[in-house]
Amino acid sequence: MTTGPQNESPHEPQHGRRLFLIWLILALAADLVIWFIWYPHMPPGDMSDSARHQQFDIAVLAVSAAPVIIFVLLYFTYSIVVWRVRPGDEDDGEPIYGNTKVQVSWIAGTTVIVLFLFVFGTVELVGPAGAGAGEGPAPIWKLAGTQSAVWAPGGKTMLDVQVIGQQWAWTYRYPQFGGMESSELMLPVDSPVTFHVTSLDVIHSFWAYQLGVKADANPQVDNVAYTTAKSLGGFTVRCNELCGIWHGAMFNYGHVVSQAAFQTWASGVQSKEKADGILAALPAYALTYDPTVIPQLGANLPKVDGITGAAGYYYPPSDPVTP
Amino acid sequence: MRVYVRLRSEVVKPVSVTARAASLLVAFLVVAGLVTFVAIYYVGGASALPTVHYAASAGQVNVVLQEDPQNNSASKPDWVSYYVQDPATQKWVHTTLFSVPANTKVNVTLYGYDGCTPLRNNFYSQVQGTIGNTVTLSQFDQHGKEYLTDKTTSVINAWSDCNVGHTFAIPSLGVYVPVASPNAQLSANNLCSSSPCTTSGNPYAKETFSFMSPAHGGVFRWQCLVPCGGGFLDGNSGPMQTLGYMMGEMDVVSS
Repeated sequence: MTTGPQNESPHEPQHGRRLFLIWLILALAADLVIWFIWYPHMPPGDMSDSARHQQFDIAVLAVSAAPVIIFVLLYFTYSIVVWRVRPGDEDDGEPIYGNTKVQVSWIAGTTVIVLFLFVFGTVELVGPAGAGAGEGPAPIWKLAGTQSAVWAPGGKTMLDVQVIGQQWAWTYRYPQFGGMESSELMLPVDSPVTFHVTSLDVIHSFWAYQLGVKADANPQVDNVAYTTAKSLGGFTVRCNELCGIWHGAMFNYGHVVSQAAFQTWASGVQSKEKADGILAALPAYALTYDPTVIPQLGANLPKVDGITGAAGYYYPPSDPVTP
Repeated sequence: MRVYVRLRSEVVKPVSVTARAASLLVAFLVVAGLVTFVAIYYVGGASALPTVHYAASAGQVNVVLQEDPQNNSASKPDWVSYYVQDPATQKWVHTTLFSVPANTKVNVTLYGYDGCTPLRNNFYSQVQGTIGNTVTLSQFDQHGKEYLTDKTTSVINAWSDCNVGHTFAIPSLGVYVPVASPNAQLSANNLCSSSPCTTSGNPYAKETFSFMSPAHGGVFRWQCLVPCGGGFLDGNSGPMQTLGYMMGEMDVVSS
């Protein structure tokens, strides 16, 4: 006769206690391995405060999930080994009716897990000011920092960086440095940063992997995300939204440098772009840009020298030959 | 309705292992053949685009390109397009694939025959990643009159006037070059109308610049950053996303 956990006789071993002890040992071992060995290597690393929080979140979730997974696998294995059908045993198992203890345990356990995840997730979203994710144009959770038109090293002034996506390259504008623009993303260490992410064409997604920052880049939308870089080094910027044939190649590298080095770099680029004339050629810094409007020329581009056409369509089919 | 089932009493002989294995093999070959056909027919078609190979001489290589308002293809003749000049025959090849040696100074001569279109991001009016971060620009009208001679500049402002037709950009190398268009007012309505364009009888801009190819081999994509896909929403598709037109690959070959 097949024997289940619900009809244990005095001659049967105490399956429940045995299962619990095995599960406790395995779960404890797994959680210790996860926390002390795996956690420090979990993505996205600890290069910024948002990345550190994400790494912590993933570790906590792994520690929470491991005992559940181990319990399921253990029960499955135990059932196959201990309660399998023996040769010659053709009886049906005992019919199972309600077991109050099991039901209460199940409801209580899952309720605790769900409530814990709800509270933990909320705290980890609110605490690190959106957890490095894009919060839209009016963020609810804001990173602490002083707002100023000028950024200088040494203080807690928020550095504003506008991230501009275009098929298939990223550029970055620094409004506190005259609105200069660069194809390099440089950030100062230990300085709060506000990313203003937008696009000039299709939908992209700005993903500074090691910084733990990810925000969609939508045309004519200012998507705000925060972070504070905590260690020097390089990081990868990728597009995380399928945006065309070379989406996969739309990446570049950013660098976290000392605050003094950042000041030197940003001021240098600003001076060069001013001298070259490109700074004056850029549109005034704005949170979004209408790509069909050229500020210096207006929206009615077809009138410019009688040739160009914007307004959403470049080069009507007849234009190239007889502009 | 009644359904009658006739039960057969004789024992059905099981299919032999050999027969089952043979059936599996045949089925596998049929599927593999179909996959191979699809791969060759569709994917292989894209790789049929020719690659123009440039060899170095004295540590330098001379790449010659042109961009036209149209092209000489049968299927998409109204798409703007780049051409690459074959160094052996001096003929223009309708492709955007070319190869250069690694760790070599690449001297580019680029003929711009197409009219102007404003850049979506005027930041790309700035020359970046070339040696000296500059280009040298000349412009000619349809009569061959040169009205701008060897002007070395670091910015060609696409928004100040009708100046820029396209760009030549290799983002992973940090190379961004605005490609000048022929002067609009002096050559109005006289753009080249038959590709590949020639300098005779057509207004054009001639740009030269140099950059270093990377020390290691690899394939580096290059593209235009002006949304120049005529007839496509916001100009983002068509030639912008098709090899052989306004996007290409530079194959850097290790020596």
